Amino acid sequence: MMQPRLSTYAGLAGLALLLAAPAVIYPVLVMKVLCFALFACAFNLLLGYTGLLSFGHAAFLGSAAYITGHALKVWELPTLVGLAAGTLGAAALGWVFGTLAIRRHGIYFAMVTLALAQLVFFVLLQAPFTHGEDGLQGVPRGRLFGIDLADDYALYYVVVALFVGAFWLIRRTIDSPFGQILKAIRENEARVLSLGYDVTRYKLLAFVLSAALAGLAGATKTLVFNFATLGDAHWHMSGEVVLMTLVGGLGTVFGPVVGAALIVTLQNELADKVGSLVTVIMGAIFVVCVLAFRRGIVGEGIALYRRMIGEKNR
Amino acid sequence: MTDIFGVPLQALMGQLVLGLVNGSFYAVLSLGLAVIFGMLHIINFTHGALYMMGALFTWMLLEYAGVGYWWSLVLAPAGVGAIGIVIERVLLQRLYKLDPLYGLLLTFGLALMIEGLFRHLYGVAGQPYSIPEELSGALDLGFMFLPKYRAWVIAASLAVCLFTWYTIEKTRLGAYLRAATENATLTQALGINVPLMVMLTYGFAVGLAGLAGVLAAPTTQVGPLMGSNLLIVVFAVVVIGGMGSILGSVVTGLGLGLIEGLTKVFYAEASSTVVFIVMAIVLMFRPAGLFGREK
Repeated sequence: MMQPRLSTYAGLAGLALLLAAPAVIYPVLVMKVLCFALFACAFNLLLGYTGLLSFGHAAFLGSAAYITGHALKVWELPTLVGLAAGTLGAAALGWVFGTLAIRRHGIYFAMVTLALAQLVFFVLLQAPFTHGEDGLQGVPRGRLFGIDLADDYALYYVVVALFVGAFWLIRRTIDSPFGQILKAIRENEARVLSLGYDVTRYKLLAFVLSAALAGLAGATKTLVFNFATLGDAHWHMSGEVVLMTLVGGLGTVFGPVVGAALIVTLQNELADKVGSLVTVIMGAIFVVCVLAFRRGIVGEGIALYRRMIGEKNR
Repeated sequence: MTDIFGVPLQALMGQLVLGLVNGSFYAVLSLGLAVIFGMLHIINFTHGALYMMGALFTWMLLEYAGVGYWWSLVLAPAGVGAIGIVIERVLLQRLYKLDPLYGLLLTFGLALMIEGLFRHLYGVAGQPYSIPEELSGALDLGFMFLPKYRAWVIAASLAVCLFTWYTIEKTRLGAYLRAATENATLTQALGINVPLMVMLTYGFAVGLAGLAGVLAAPTTQVGPLMGSNLLIVVFAVVVIGGMGSILGSVVTGLGLGLIEGLTKVFYAEASSTVVFIVMAIVLMFRPAGLFGREK
């Protein structure tokens, strides 16, 4: 009974912080964090709650970023339509990935998603509309409900609204009967199957939902930075989202947000100081997390809290 | 000159040989992955980085110590194997009781560290390494010129694969190994030192990756990023072939190399993606892989 109330308070506190943040922090940095937080939350829905490790989520982030960029820049569509196009495009790609990858389990699933994402990467590298290594630059932000989004502060609140909406959707999914089945699949797939549930369909739906939300993150990112690059679709990005989720706490609601904030800030701080050693540091964090810190920050926090509660009750 | 579908025979054969060279690397690397997976139940994401290390050691040996290709062929894989043994003892050993996904994540982190470190030290650009004198030049086969070095890479890789197959399938050591793969606890109970076998298996398989790196050094620019892109293709090869049989990985590796070579001749744009497309098709019709059995 303690659990949901605590997380509701945490959510409200987080929202209050988000609304006040631009007064102290550069809004573009917070927007970047929010985009990656959404990306990591979408990924967590799959790994943390369904037990499927996708090593190809960069494909959804990257392709949605390009689709939205193309829709806004070349087709000059309204902002909202552009965002929707990116999200739907990623969902469709997710359906293709999911249909293929779900045929294999565990470690093979991870390898299949990684290989398919590499296929998408090469397609994006060669397709004429992505402008290859240069990326798609100068994407206009456009207007939303009459508000000009070129202003960082105006865009900030739109991004916050998008993030909160998507976050709410993910929480709602996890708490729904559908989410319960996903968790059951994570715990014991064979048993869920023997109870008569169509496991493949549940997994596919979770995959498509996760891909769509990752796509929304990519589409929003294009809006924030005015460009889409190949880096978003590279396998390094697929690894980064695993790291964010792992550091924050696998299978916790707020973990991916904390992890994304930490990793993005760290990368921002370190980029000028240590240059190319950033990759080494990210790798080291990975190794340490897997060896000694598998519950992640939020997971450890929850474990500590439970221990305290337990002692009180005794 | 004879043409086949409008392509000169010479060019076609050249690409096919190149395809076989790439295919040999796929075969040696996927073989190593399969052996490691059998014993450790880990997908070794570090494999690409260790392959790169093999190539870079070869280059460093020549650059800093004046040690030539033939000695590198022994020293570099031994060095890589030793590093692998340290990795297994210090890190991987702690993960055997956990979900295999953690092994993938740990080795991914390690790959990032190794790659990042070499990138920091040597930059992104590759270093050239020249073909040893004994193997430079080409053989005239009448219908084509076969560069000696390419023939050597294919022959050496096939010999290594054959040796591995023979060791695992036909020797006493291999029998222990197969027993430990099948049921580690029972094998241990019969008095065989399984942890030692696991350590040696990892060291050996990783050494194979290092050897592939040495073989690759004169065929490409030796640089920090040469391993990771190759490894993702090898993952696709593993998915296509399945990790059930050694000969299966060899055949799949070589076959996909050939397909890649053919694609380069007839539709070059798709040459970097064709392996992944084949993988998607195989998944549709034979989800367990060509030589695999789904557990």
